[in-house]
Amino acid sequence: MARIDLDLAHAYGPNPRSDEDYALLPLRFTFDDGGAYALLGPSGCGKTTLLNCISGLLRPSQGTVSFDGRDVTGDSPQARNIAQVFQFPVIYDTMTVGQNLAFPLRNRGVPAAQVRERVGQVAEMLDLSAVLDRQASGLSADAKQKISLGRGLVRHDVAAILFDEPLTVIDPHLKWQLRRKLKQIHREFHLTLIYVTHDQTEALTFADQVVVMSRGKAVQVGTADALFERPAHTFVGHFIGSPGMNFLPARWRDGWIELAGRRYAPPADEAIAQRLQAAGAFKIGVRPEYLRLARPDDEQAVPAVIERAQDIGTYWIAAARLQDHAGGAGVEGTDGIVGANGIVGADGSPLLRARLGDEAAALRPGETAWFSVFHRHTCYYVDEELVR
Amino acid sequence: MKPINQKAWLLVLPVVVCVAFSAILPLMTIVNYSVQDIISPERRVFVGTEWFRAVLRDGELHDALLRQLGFSLAVLLVEIPLGILLALSMPARGWKASAVLVIVALSLLIPWNVVGTIWQIFGRTDIGLLGAALAGLGFDYNYTGNALDAWLTVLVMDVWHWTPLVGLLCYAGLRAIPDAYYQAAQIDGASRWAVFRHIQLPKLRGVLMIAVLLRFMDSFMIYTEPFVLTGGGPGNATTFLSQYLTQKAVGQFDLGPAAAFSIVYFLIILLLCFVLYNWMQRAGTVAEEVPHA
Repeated sequence: MARIDLDLAHAYGPNPRSDEDYALLPLRFTFDDGGAYALLGPSGCGKTTLLNCISGLLRPSQGTVSFDGRDVTGDSPQARNIAQVFQFPVIYDTMTVGQNLAFPLRNRGVPAAQVRERVGQVAEMLDLSAVLDRQASGLSADAKQKISLGRGLVRHDVAAILFDEPLTVIDPHLKWQLRRKLKQIHREFHLTLIYVTHDQTEALTFADQVVVMSRGKAVQVGTADALFERPAHTFVGHFIGSPGMNFLPARWRDGWIELAGRRYAPPADEAIAQRLQAAGAFKIGVRPEYLRLARPDDEQAVPAVIERAQDIGTYWIAAARLQDHAGGAGVEGTDGIVGANGIVGADGSPLLRARLGDEAAALRPGETAWFSVFHRHTCYYVDEELVR
Repeated sequence: MKPINQKAWLLVLPVVVCVAFSAILPLMTIVNYSVQDIISPERRVFVGTEWFRAVLRDGELHDALLRQLGFSLAVLLVEIPLGILLALSMPARGWKASAVLVIVALSLLIPWNVVGTIWQIFGRTDIGLLGAALAGLGFDYNYTGNALDAWLTVLVMDVWHWTPLVGLLCYAGLRAIPDAYYQAAQIDGASRWAVFRHIQLPKLRGVLMIAVLLRFMDSFMIYTEPFVLTGGGPGNATTFLSQYLTQKAVGQFDLGPAAAFSIVYFLIILLLCFVLYNWMQRAGTVAEEVPHA
């Protein structure tokens, strides 16, 4: 078990010049001893590269990796005493389950009696005791992944266990079980766990701290709550949540917020108001979960034409087009796709998504509905960064 | 119950016709010859299993068979490990990989009789590089006079010609192993030998099976190279089965015994391939058959 300090950058090619050449931009981060972390981001954002730098499979092209203050940048994975579980289960075909679990210990010359004891414990923990003498190659994908995990757990002195999208090939209902097993192991053994995934549910349920990555950069680090309530970057707003955060382009005019040609009261927080005034143009970020239907005579409500309302089982998702009363500023809806204009409606105008209760059943396409957008959950973004 | 549609037979027909003309009819011709004594094109006598009995009692044939088995065994014992070593030492990617692939594949492009000719000259003690070099070093090497030298020359020639095939097959097999296996082994602290024993070798099982069968069948039917190199000599030292068969069928025109022997030859190959295949299918997975409670 160890605290892991990173201060590194990595480029796969030689002589990186622009940011584009880096798989991992210069990054400084500390994984605390015994923490459960998730690295979350879309494919190709550098999360696996980061993981391999930690495990030692990859040497960062610049910077250092330290475990408990000791520089291990040049050390092999074996010397770092790291365990890693990969996306596809890796098992040794010619061995039984028990031999698979014993393999890392045997390679390190651990006495046979001790090996047997550890293998027994780990098999017990992972419910593999019944199949210990079976050939590992004949088992199902989730059992194989448990063996991969078990090979990490048998060494009780591992510095950290790294997971590289370990549940990708597992059936959904077993995914849930395995994830719970991981949490349980984390609680019992206080291991440092680092979990790479592109699945936000997995990251948010597994980890105490989630590191959201985009294009080789750690965009935000925080608890599930913080990522949801106060995304530090519009990317995080887009990426976390389903559907993602709505971003509405707005302007500051004469002490008012101008949104789609209508005027609204500025935020109560003086500091934020000043920053918005200085910036002139900004974006209003609001989660679909925090959009509520409002009365038409509400001064602070935003009118939008309903495009469709969909029943998603326990809730409704309403998509609405903001009516532009002045021309110019449109509305940027979002569905996790980051583009210049986000998601646009059928006729080319932008959409707003709201997660509503049964009251949405009354909404008819073509009608104008009023949404309350401004409240304490509303975030403001200047140059894609959260205004605090 | 599903209605039975006999039209399906029509779809199988082209294959049946092709196989009939390429395999079944020639084979049946041989079967036909093997039970007759063909005295002249007009006169033939049915002799039953007489040729088979004669062939099985033929001492020369027994010798050829033993030589053949020894040769094929030696070919497999040398070429398979050597091919694996070759594949392991080949670069994995980049221009070097392409260059090495082409160089390694070169010997496979050379026709059999040319290979024989190359080695015939290569091994000559007067002008051949190998022969002259060995003679210069004081070895009494002479493939035309010494039976052991001739046998070894044919073996080395076959190794030179066909090890690259085993190497290329294994190379393809190695490239198909996902990186995660090597990474996991690194994390588990596996030694180089453990990686080979527990990851590479098991993953190569499929291609090795193909390599063993191909090399076994090919070496068991070897004809052209020893024919060009030594003509089966000195004495009978390099007279392998197909050489012996050709002497019988074409040289002495003993069609009946030759046909009977062809069938026996065919059955031997079939039997050995069957045994090899089943043995390799099971190798390494025996423990799987242990019933689980």
